[in-house]
Amino acid sequence: MTEAVIIGVGLHPFGRFPGKPALDMGAEAVRLALADAGVKWPQIQGGYIGSYEVANPDAIVGRLGLTGIPLRGVFNGCATAGTAIALASRAIETGEHDLTVAIGLDKHPRGAFAADPSVAGIPSWYGQTGLFLTTHFFGMKINRYMHEHGISHETLARVAAKNFGNAAANDKAWRRTPLSVEEILASPILNYPLRQYMYCGPDEGAAAVVLCRSDQAHRYTGKPVRVRATALRSRRLGAFEVQSPSFPVGEPVDSPTVDASKAAYERAGIGPEDVDVAQLQDTDAGSEIIHMAENGLCKDGEQERLIAEGATGIGGRLPVNTDGGLLGNGEPIGASGLRQIHEIVLQLRGSAGARQVPGTPRVGYTHLYGAPGASAVTILST
Amino acid sequence: MTTRRPVAESLFTWPDAPLRLIGSECAACGLVSFPAAPDCVRCASAESKERILADHGTLWTYTTQNFRPPSPPYDGPESFEPYSVGYVELPGELLVEARLTEPDPDKLRIGQTMRLTLVPYAVQDDGTEVMTFAFAPAEEETP
Repeated sequence: MTEAVIIGVGLHPFGRFPGKPALDMGAEAVRLALADAGVKWPQIQGGYIGSYEVANPDAIVGRLGLTGIPLRGVFNGCATAGTAIALASRAIETGEHDLTVAIGLDKHPRGAFAADPSVAGIPSWYGQTGLFLTTHFFGMKINRYMHEHGISHETLARVAAKNFGNAAANDKAWRRTPLSVEEILASPILNYPLRQYMYCGPDEGAAAVVLCRSDQAHRYTGKPVRVRATALRSRRLGAFEVQSPSFPVGEPVDSPTVDASKAAYERAGIGPEDVDVAQLQDTDAGSEIIHMAENGLCKDGEQERLIAEGATGIGGRLPVNTDGGLLGNGEPIGASGLRQIHEIVLQLRGSAGARQVPGTPRVGYTHLYGAPGASAVTILST
Repeated sequence: MTTRRPVAESLFTWPDAPLRLIGSECAACGLVSFPAAPDCVRCASAESKERILADHGTLWTYTTQNFRPPSPPYDGPESFEPYSVGYVELPGELLVEARLTEPDPDKLRIGQTMRLTLVPYAVQDDGTEVMTFAFAPAEEETP
């Protein structure tokens, strides 16, 4: 089977851009990715595009060129961009396309996400009585995790401080003001034990990735990045997942992150010990801590020591969220996972500037998790 | 006298006593669900029967809600009072998510015994209180 490689990445800054449509941000990201790949839009044979807010994200061809190619809209909650890159890779691997794109774009209103619970298959009373908030799940999951595995409030704050610090070195990030552990611990609690500066916020932005067949990569770049594995999993019965009015008693069942991670490692023939740099879904500081273990990068409870030692910092032995993650960049849902891919590609090329992980990273890892219990993992390598 | 109504029908037994949550049990594999589910997510059977759930359990985890949730869907009062949310494990049945009556996280503890109760989470324009289920620390119980 042909392998897919990434030859171009483009990122529109994440943040707030009043008056600028999401499609314009997406088109800019695509143009940046095309320029990075040395490819013109008419050469692109197809693509996958994800958005939460834009009903017809494929309307982006009105900004790029009406070449008649198939553009498939994809949506999988916060795992949307992982799905886009997976399907774009699959189109290369199966021989359907030689050159394809994965695009993500979004423009969310301010504040916590609100929706009619019925669209998530949940009864109205759940939303009326104030239970239909994804932030509850994250508060409850890390509260239980801290109880079971001895994680401290200071460790939550250290994760947030690291990510805001990394974002400060990223001119495309939204939250670029460094915050100290003390400032983060002094911010108001939103959902115990999580505080204001421990949560990411919905915002705006776009990202795009150009992929081609590995045997044609030499035409475009001397530094292709290989897509070693993509995996997507949904929740299994018994797992503790977001927006669940109830779940069964019994032995704990692994989250879809654990399932997707194992599948991706197996497919890639790469183990967690080989990962040089990782981008993990940090909807909140607690999520980054839990996801370190769920993705096999450490054991449950080891995070307390690893984070205190600075292991997840850019100079540490397991750098996590080097571009600031969701905490530093916010989350335009459709684009978020391709922002992760963009960062890993820069890191593996050695072109991440002030954020560059030392020692020539060779294997990069990206992970997404979101409602209603979907996780996507991508493993990339040089 | 204040008029009260449940937030939804068939969610709990009130105003009939005693107060219990109304779940369901798969007729084929016995999986317990709340709210009552016509279809089983374990064995895909479409046959189920009503199951009245236990009114005591243990707190599995919790969090607080310190900002007013977006409306809609939230239809509680404009004047927001923080509340807590948790999962209570009803032994042998399931873990159910609910509002908790104790808003102070320092007074909640994973593993503590909780009992089912009702709270008026909203008041309509005509003064009708809208009731939903909640769990309270059992040690607050007065005999």
